[in-house]
Amino acid sequence: MLNSILKYFPFFTDAEVPHTVAARPDTGLYSAKLGIWLFLASEVMLFGGLFSAYIFLRIGAEPGYWPSGLLNVPVGTANTAILIISSVTVVMAWASLKMRQLAKYKFYMLITILCGAIFLTVKLSYEWPAKFNHFGVFIKKEASTKYEDFLGNKHLEEGGQPPRWEISGHLLDAPKGSAYAEQAVKNAEHFAHETHRHDFVTPAEDDYVIQLDPVNANPSDKDNDRPHFLQRPLSDKIAVIKASDVESASVFAPRHSTYFATYFLITGLHGLHVLGGILVFLYLWLPFKGGTKLYHSNPEHLANRVEIAGLFWHFVDLVWIFVFPIFYLL
Amino acid sequence: MATIAPVEHGHHVGTDPHGEHHHPELGFWQKYVFSTDHKVIGVQYGVSGLLFLFFGFLLMLVMRWQLANPGLPVPVVGEALKGVFGPTVMTDAGALTASGYNVFGAMHGTIMVFFGIVPLAVAGFGNYVVPLQIGAPDMAFPKLNMASYWCFFTSGVLMMGSFFVPGSAAKSGWTAYPPLAGIADLEGGNIWLNGQTVWLVAMVFNITGSLLGSINFITTIIQLRAPGLTWMRLPFFVWAQFVTAFLLVLAFPPLEAAGFMQLTDRVFGTSFFMPTGLMIGQKVAQSWSGGGSPILWQHLFWFLAHPEVYVLILPAIGIVTEIVANNARKPIHGYKPMVYSLFGLGFLSFIVWAHHMYMTGMGAKVAAFFQITTIMISVPSVILLTSLILSLWGGSIRFNTPMLFATAFLPMFGIGGLTGIPLAFNAVDLFLHDTYYVIGHFHYVVAPGTIFGLFAGVYFWYPKATGRKMNEFLGKVHFWTSLVFINGIFFPMFIQGMAGVHRRWYDGGATYEQLTAPVLHWNQFMTVSAALLAVAQLPFIFNFFTSWKLGQKVGRNPWDATTLDWDTPTPPPHGNFDKPLEVFRGPYEYSVPGHPVDFHPQTQRN
Ligand code: HEM
Ligand SMILES: [Cu+2]
Repeated sequence: MLNSILKYFPFFTDAEVPHTVAARPDTGLYSAKLGIWLFLASEVMLFGGLFSAYIFLRIGAEPGYWPSGLLNVPVGTANTAILIISSVTVVMAWASLKMRQLAKYKFYMLITILCGAIFLTVKLSYEWPAKFNHFGVFIKKEASTKYEDFLGNKHLEEGGQPPRWEISGHLLDAPKGSAYAEQAVKNAEHFAHETHRHDFVTPAEDDYVIQLDPVNANPSDKDNDRPHFLQRPLSDKIAVIKASDVESASVFAPRHSTYFATYFLITGLHGLHVLGGILVFLYLWLPFKGGTKLYHSNPEHLANRVEIAGLFWHFVDLVWIFVFPIFYLL
Repeated sequence: MATIAPVEHGHHVGTDPHGEHHHPELGFWQKYVFSTDHKVIGVQYGVSGLLFLFFGFLLMLVMRWQLANPGLPVPVVGEALKGVFGPTVMTDAGALTASGYNVFGAMHGTIMVFFGIVPLAVAGFGNYVVPLQIGAPDMAFPKLNMASYWCFFTSGVLMMGSFFVPGSAAKSGWTAYPPLAGIADLEGGNIWLNGQTVWLVAMVFNITGSLLGSINFITTIIQLRAPGLTWMRLPFFVWAQFVTAFLLVLAFPPLEAAGFMQLTDRVFGTSFFMPTGLMIGQKVAQSWSGGGSPILWQHLFWFLAHPEVYVLILPAIGIVTEIVANNARKPIHGYKPMVYSLFGLGFLSFIVWAHHMYMTGMGAKVAAFFQITTIMISVPSVILLTSLILSLWGGSIRFNTPMLFATAFLPMFGIGGLTGIPLAFNAVDLFLHDTYYVIGHFHYVVAPGTIFGLFAGVYFWYPKATGRKMNEFLGKVHFWTSLVFINGIFFPMFIQGMAGVHRRWYDGGATYEQLTAPVLHWNQFMTVSAALLAVAQLPFIFNFFTSWKLGQKVGRNPWDATTLDWDTPTPPPHGNFDKPLEVFRGPYEYSVPGHPVDFHPQTQRN
């Protein structure tokens, strides 16, 4: 049944054109291999466009408006390792096919698919939601001295570091009628429950109340000048910020800042590529006419398919090798 | 003497004359609609492209009426337009509103470039002709080819549908510059269902279709050339398509990326292109965090859009080259330099984009770089044009309709190209930027230039596709009238532009009469020319449809041509060729001394 639906989707072609399986002698390539390299060239330009946007926006950002150390480095590192492993196993899968070992192929392909799935799950069920739960306000420059205790700009200036304009953490209360009011109530209950503290002032109607990130809790502490490999828990400290002192306020969603906009767009697009790769691998792993069934009629053709899907997968991996440092580390 | 006897075939595209491939009988839908045959797809693209070109032109007719008669109801069709496009676009009396002018202008540009010329020139002619000229049975990836067309089709439906969303279609120009494009129609509107957002979504589909198609072209040309068809024996049209496809593969993705960014700016409130402190209606915009850069969009946009102008012109140059060689009955002068020039153009076109951005104040050093590269790129363009002109020299020219259009292409493209040179210089451009001089310049390239080239191609390959020639008399009427009227539209634009008349003024400059008075009267002249140009297309449309059944029947090679596309049955069956192919010579062996006839097909051994 699935086969009959898939036949309408032109991902793979069985037409009577030459060089679908056998290489053309003077170019040494079968057509799909050339096709995938061209496709990857266009992908390089696609991500190239996004990465140049990153560079352009980062260079153009006002001092203090490009954050660092907001992402979870150990989790990112683990995910990087998982992708690299999957890049190895996909080659093993291809090599197994070349040696005509179907069982081994299936095994390595399964590992590859699982790695991809783990990567996506970590991204979507842990990393992204953790950000959507975090809240930050940018303080107006003219009001920043009022919040020096949370910003530590004197200390930063002495150390020759760019200023800090943002106060972030978990939102415990938001101005009446603001989009985040409901979320704040939930967080506040949680906070009271965990810390057994009920002492935070009931704010005026137009205040933001934030349970602070460690940086904002001790902004003048040298220890906070650089991001840490292991993320430290939120402090128990609380800041109350007047809405009129706030330039912009939002959860760590795409709209929060150009940093998060680029982060979510690039990792989102990358995630879609991972998903696409997984789907193609599944197709090649299951007994479809163009999948493992093909092995029995034309194993070389299946090997070719795995090869080009694998090339795509390496590219997806490579993109991540750029994404990881520029968002997690730099 | 080895002439090929004309073979008559009564069957249609897609059936198999000899049954030697044993295709299963295809139903109507698979044969003509969801077809994977490159010829059917080529015709689908071609016809869609022609329809879009005509529609884009009609939008412009309404605009031209408004420019010459600001605020007056559009004659005859005004009320009907009001009914179709609604109150944002047309007043009750049936005149174009200011917003309506913006809608039509943005859609004219978008449709002409992405839905008219590219589909017709690249995808239409490319699909139909390239596999034939290289002796291939089809494209390398036939199903992918079908997918490209349906991506394009989807984008067309979306783009046309966007006229009917609340607030009507996109109105921020085909360039979609933020921050204006970023905020357009958002206040109080639906974030998804509005002109600019649908424009972006449609463009993503359009770009995806183009990318898939280009990958297919390059692979096909590299992998499926017939035995003996070495690189320097390729017809020039194939080379033109080859370089064009590379431009699309490499230049389109950054625009796709930029499209995603503008889309998220609009629907998720990101600030890729929204600057800090953006004011809307005297208030600081609260919906965006700021920190973005409108200039970033301009870079990404022009990184595509400059190569895009070569995408618009190279296929036409390819077509013209085929037709000039065939009708001058002479080899092309300087075939190899022309091929190298193509590559030069292709490469340089990636490093000139910021000549569209001199107004952004990029500083003298950066501006100097882009001035130099822009002047450099005129060198290969001049080589191409000069070679074509020299190819005419001493030929015994046959002035049939395709050749008339092809010859006219040369001076028209020449005017377009030469008027571009002043714009390369920062100092001059600061004055001329955004005036009708620029509009005149690039329209000479794409309208009497590219479109004439495409008309030439339609008249030239029509017999191959249908088995019948188009009527010569109607063709000549079409040509001469079009040539006169199209110049009547575009030449005065230089005059107006140099006098300071700006583009995108919806009243044609009436508001600034103290400045524009000396040249304002040209508006009437241009509008009348545009209307007459529309009338001049009637013979073509009539000819196109009636010749299908009534035209003069032809055999394989009605033009006595040399390339492989004329070595197939007419019209070519599924799988194209009815004999094993081998290529022995270059593409343009016309009037070879000692050869008994004045053309020597590529497949003839001697
Ligand atoms: C022969 C018929 C055509 C006529 C009469 C025509 C006329 C015009 C005019 C008068 C404008 C300026 C409108 C304004 O700025 O207010 C314009 C803009 C434009 N035209 Fe055409 N044009 C024609 C064909 C084409 C073709 C074939 C192309 C494409 C390749 C094209 C692409 C454009 C573009 C990109 C713009 C700029 C739109 C914008 O401002 O965003 N036009 N056209
Ligand atoms: Cu340009």
